[in-house]
Parts: sequence; C-alpha cells; structure tokens
Amino acid sequence: MDKSTSSAVSGTLGEGEEQSVLEIPLESEALAHRKQSDLQNESGFITDDNLGIIESGDGGKRESIPGGNDDADGNTFSSCVGSFGTKEEEEQQASSSDPEALTVELTKALDDLSVTTSGSESEQIQSNGVEAIRDDNDSDMSPLWRSHKHHVFILSEAGKPIYSRHGNEEKMVTFFGLLQALVSFVQSDGDTIRGVKVGETSIVFLVKSPLILVCVSQMSESISQIESHLTYFHNQILSILTAKQLQTIFEKRKNYDLRRLLSGSERLLNNLAGLIEVDPSFVLGAVRCLPLANTVRDSISQTITTVLNKHKPSVSVVFALLVTNCQLVSIVRMKKVFMHPMDLHIILNLIDSSESFKTVDSWVPICLPRFDSSGFMYAHVSYLAEDCQACLVLLTTDRNSFFPLSEAKQKIVDRLRKQNSLDAINASMNNKWPTMSYVNVPEVRHFLYKAKCRAQFVSPVLDVPYLDHNTEDEESPPEELSRDCPRAAKKISPELERLYSTYYRMHSRLHAQARPVKIIYWVDDKENWLGWNTSNFELYVALEPLIKKSAAISAVNKLINWVQKEERRIFIVHAPTF
Amino acid sequence: MANRQSGGSNTAGGGAQRPNGAPQNKICQFKLVLLGESAVGKSSLVLRFVKGQFHEYQESTIGAAFLTQTVMLDDTTVKFEIWDTAGQERYHSLAPMYYRGAQAAIVVYDITNQETFARAKTWVKELQRQASPNIVIALAGNKSDLSAKRMVDHDEAYAYADENGLLFMETSAKTAMNVTDIFLAIGMFL
Repeated sequence: MDKSTSSAVSGTLGEGEEQSVLEIPLESEALAHRKQSDLQNESGFITDDNLGIIESGDGGKRESIPGGNDDADGNTFSSCVGSFGTKEEEEQQASSSDPEALTVELTKALDDLSVTTSGSESEQIQSNGVEAIRDDNDSDMSPLWRSHKHHVFILSEAGKPIYSRHGNEEKMVTFFGLLQALVSFVQSDGDTIRGVKVGETSIVFLVKSPLILVCVSQMSESISQIESHLTYFHNQILSILTAKQLQTIFEKRKNYDLRRLLSGSERLLNNLAGLIEVDPSFVLGAVRCLPLANTVRDSISQTITTVLNKHKPSVSVVFALLVTNCQLVSIVRMKKVFMHPMDLHIILNLIDSSESFKTVDSWVPICLPRFDSSGFMYAHVSYLAEDCQACLVLLTTDRNSFFPLSEAKQKIVDRLRKQNSLDAINASMNNKWPTMSYVNVPEVRHFLYKAKCRAQFVSPVLDVPYLDHNTEDEESPPEELSRDCPRAAKKISPELERLYSTYYRMHSRLHAQARPVKIIYWVDDKENWLGWNTSNFELYVALEPLIKKSAAISAVNKLINWVQKEERRIFIVHAPTF
Repeated sequence: MANRQSGGSNTAGGGAQRPNGAPQNKICQFKLVLLGESAVGKSSLVLRFVKGQFHEYQESTIGAAFLTQTVMLDDTTVKFEIWDTAGQERYHSLAPMYYRGAQAAIVVYDITNQETFARAKTWVKELQRQASPNIVIALAGNKSDLSAKRMVDHDEAYAYADENGLLFMETSAKTAMNVTDIFLAIGMFL
C-alpha cells in the first residue's frame, strides 16, 4: 500500500467555516509491518466474520472484500483498510484486552497527529483542538463517556458534528475532525474505510455522502452487522429530511450545520440506538407480530380495508399499519407496493419514541427511504382508544387528507369495537405468549425463528435464565415484561446480552459472504447452540447444555413443527390490499 | 374523536362536553392554530388547556398534533379545534397548511428568550400577509413562572401587540396562569 509512505491527509476541522488542510506524515514502514502483524493477531476475528482489518495485497492487486451479509443499499465497498498506527496505539494493541482502550487510543492518536503536524498555522489549530479535548476530559469525554459500550457518531463530510449518542457533540469537535480525517485519508487513495478492530472494540464507518456515520462498539456484533445498524441511523435521518433535501443542502453549503434541521428529533436517534442494543429484530431485518387468532387478524385487516376503500378516491392510503409495542398487528397496503422491513422499523421507532402520540391525533411528514427516498409521505398517527393502546398509522401522499383520515380512523375504531377486536388485541397484549412451556420442547431454552419471505420473526416470552426477575421487577411493572419487546430505556440482563450476542455470532457466520455455512452447532459452558439458515427460514436456538446432538436435532425438528402449526397465529400470513 | 373529549373532562373550562348535553345553547366551532419557535411551550399550553396536565419534559412535537376542546362561554358552547404545530425550522414550509382556514392563531414566545420573541414577530407578519384577513391573532408570552430569567419586557411585548391589534397575555402552562383565559379571550372575541 503506497499510502503508508508519507501521505497527506486533507482534513477539515469542524470548527471553522473554511477548510484547513493538514499535512500529516505518518510513520511508514512500521505501519505497514504492523498491519501484517495485526492481521495475524486478530485472525480470530477475521476468520469469524471474513471481515475486519483487511488490506489489499502488497502486490497492489486489490481484492474485493466480502461484504458480510448484505449492505442494505446494495453498494459494495471496494475494500477495507488497515489500522492507523501511532506508538501509543501499538502499545494499547499489545494490551488490547482493555475494553476501554478505544477512546483512549483515538484521543491519543489525535494527540500524536497533532504533534507530528507540520506547518505553523495548522499546528496552531490542531493544538487548540487538543487543548479542547483535554478540557473535555472533565465533561463530555469523561470516564463515564468512555465507559459506554456503544457509541454512534454522525458527521458531515466536512467534519461537522451532527450527532453523538453519548455526550454533547458540540464539545467533541476535534474528535469528529479526527473521524473525518480517517475517512478522507483513505478516500484520498480512492478507497473507502469500513472498519478498524481494536481488541474487543470495533470501529465501523459508513460513508453515505454527504454524511459519515461511525459506530464504536464493544458489543459482539460483526462489522457487517454494525454497518447495517448504521444504515438504520442513516435511514432515520433520511426519514426526517429526505435524501433529496439532504443532498441539496450540502451542495449549497458544505459546512452546513445539520443539527439545525434535525433539532427535536434527537430522541428518535437515541431511541433507535437503544432499541438496536436490546432488540434482535434489527439484526434479523424482521419484525415481530402480535399473536392473534387468524380469524381475528383477518377481520381487523378486512375492517381497515373496507373503511378505507369507502373513502376512495378522495383519500388514497398507501399503507395502513396497526402496531402495539413494536409488534405488528396488521398491515394493509396498496396494490403493487411493498413495505421494506427497514422502513417498517422507522415507523416502529417513531411510535416507540413518542409518548405524545398517545393523547393526540398527529400528522407527521415522514420519508420512507426504501419506498421513496426523495419525497415525504404523511402519516396519520393515533392510538385506537384509551382502553386499547394499539397505534394506527395511515400513510398517504396527500398532505391535505388529515380530516378524512381522522374520520376513517373513527369508523375503523367503532367497527373494531363492535366486532370485539379491541378486546382481542388487549387480551393478546396482556397475555404472555408463547411461553417455552407452551411450545413444549423442554430441551429448548429460547429461540428466534425468522420466516424469510414474510420478514417476520417469533421468539418466546423471556424466562429464566435470560430474564433476571429480581432486577427487572424493580424497574418495571410485570405487564411490561409480557410485551416481550424490550424497551430502549430498559437495561437487558447480562444473560440476555449473552444470548443475543451468541445469536448474532451465529447470524454473522450464516451470512458471511465468503464462506457462509448453512448450519452451525456449538457447545459451550452453558448451552448447546444451533443456527440454521434455509431458503424459507432462519433459526437460532439455545438448547439445554447436557443433551446429545441427536436429541438436539430432534428437539429442533419438534420446534419447527410447532412453528408451522402455529404459523397463522404468530405471523401475518396475508396482507390484504386496497 | 369521542375518546378525546371523554379524556378532557377535568379541564378548567368545564361545561358541557357534548353539544347535545345542552340542547338550548348556541354551538360555535372554530379552528385555532398555535405557532412559534420550538421549545417555547406550544404543546404544553394546549395540554394544559385540553387535559389540565403539565409535563416538565414535554417531548418535541413531530409534524403537528390535532386536539379538540369544548367549553361553555355564557350560553354558547364553543368547540375549539386546535392544531399544535412543531416549531422546528424544517416544518416551516408546512405551516400554511395549518393556518389556512384558521379563525384564530396563538403565536407563542418564551419570555426568557429574546430570539423567540423575534421569531414570534415574523410569524405575526406571515399571518397578516398570508392567513385569512379576519384571523384573530393572540400573542402569548409563555413561561411567565420564570420571570426571574425574563429577557422580554412585558411592556415592550404589550406595546407591540397593541400596535398590531393582537390579543396579548403572559401565560404559564406550568402554573396554568392565563392559559384558559387566553383561549376564552379568543372565544369571546369571535
């Protein structure tokens, strides 16, 4: 890699309006060597995921690097890139078991960069920046800040801070400058940075011009899983502004402070970050459904369809969704249009993060990026009734149809009440189902089953050992648990975290592009694990630790039979159209 | 929106919740819109008026919210249909959708923030230029419970309102001061 021999990083500091170009010579030989040794040191990671710190060969032939499962927007990043060496970082690497190493390193790397900066003018800027960071150690980049296991940073390509999950992004201007420098350092070579792995910490970059999204995670996701998480964040921003508006803004002014336009929507990003941490639906790319008898669900969907059809053609609804606690009750759509699970998650996150929807009828402009990233749709959002906390979302392209939709909503509620559907929804919301004892496969402790063609998944109600009754009960009333949709605010128990992270590891093996496997069987100290990817479903199972493989296989077959038997109750098997 | 009204039974306005509850009365219905910079307390004012509630951490409105409240004024039943809009810059282009056809508007600012008062003035200008010519505009200086941190002088705002023919009150959604009054004043005016 040529770039390691003295190169120039064109970096833009976030603070000033004009760009300042820094000349930053890096140690060359040592860096190149180190990358090789990193590769060996970190090989466990790389073989696990076929990702990580990968650089193209010395011969200059650029291999295309496996992109993990699927980059959601269909882009393939050309290559990955090596780590950025400073002496301090190298020392850190040696003791890379320190989980808090990452931010220390980045800060130190920043220090180091500034020390080696040449040119008096830029040195001044940079050293001021370092000063600022040191000041911030007391406040926003404090030990507490460093102790968070999951960070998300969003910045503009010019390096302007837009969002930081923890701390005040405004006080981390220099840090954002560093992130931007890393990206443009690699870009200057016609390449795109994807990730850096430092011990237990992954630093993942998603460059979606005009934005740069960075996740620093000490959870155990693979780089491609984190990339897909960052895609959710990107979509979340698009849903507020549309891709078109975003492009226009930055074409006009590269240094635009996007926070002005995003103000008030930080809670959406925060809530998304919380959900991603505790809810497997994002990794699976699927949604949960509220369990309902087939006939009940059909009559709900039918009612929604009939009422909305009566309002045609004055009002044309593209999608109608009924949602409770991040679970889908019903979805009705216009002919020939489909809702992508990523768009669905944007709507679920919107509802989950907004308490105020419960008391008013809202009219919300929202862009669904996978449906149409250039324009807004309008969502009529309202809860059915005070005695039925299910949220009805009616999406249309006509910004003036609030009142007809309000009228339609009231008719839908009246009809649903008459046919006792509201009671059925309430009953299911309050019912802890399916429990593992109902599923009745004693060898299985927990599972995730994703029906691929539906983009829906089911998992049982959490129970011991994954649910820590002692701590959870203090935090929330019991009915909260029955929803089986962990809320963003809720901390998940260490056992549940272990469960999910094992699922995620299996997921990343099953979806590795280079050497995907169809079926995985693992035995560890606490469970037997099975991951299975077929053309119809994905299945992740935690089994009792003391059973033989043959018993496990037959248990899993029993489980699949159960899912097939209950399919019409746990999934939405058909979505009617208008 | 039957459920909404049943939820608002503990309001300060009191009176008949349903038009047919007071058959003899005249029934009046009009549209009202709240405008103003973000975080000045528009949603809090409406929530205080409609539900009699106050949340210290009211989340920012996304898009716009629609609420109704029915109150008795002398022997007239007045039904307010209220659009509570989001104050953020990105929603500005949608505002005409809400004030078009509205009979009244409450432009809200925060007495502890001079900028929000300047923003309120531009809202008033926009309404005078583009809304229906007969629209009744009220100016509300909210957060009057924080008068220790006051940045907008009462008399200055009063003079401005007087000049422009606006109703004017300083309100506090937190203490409920003048909240129902400003809505009722608008009702009386109409």
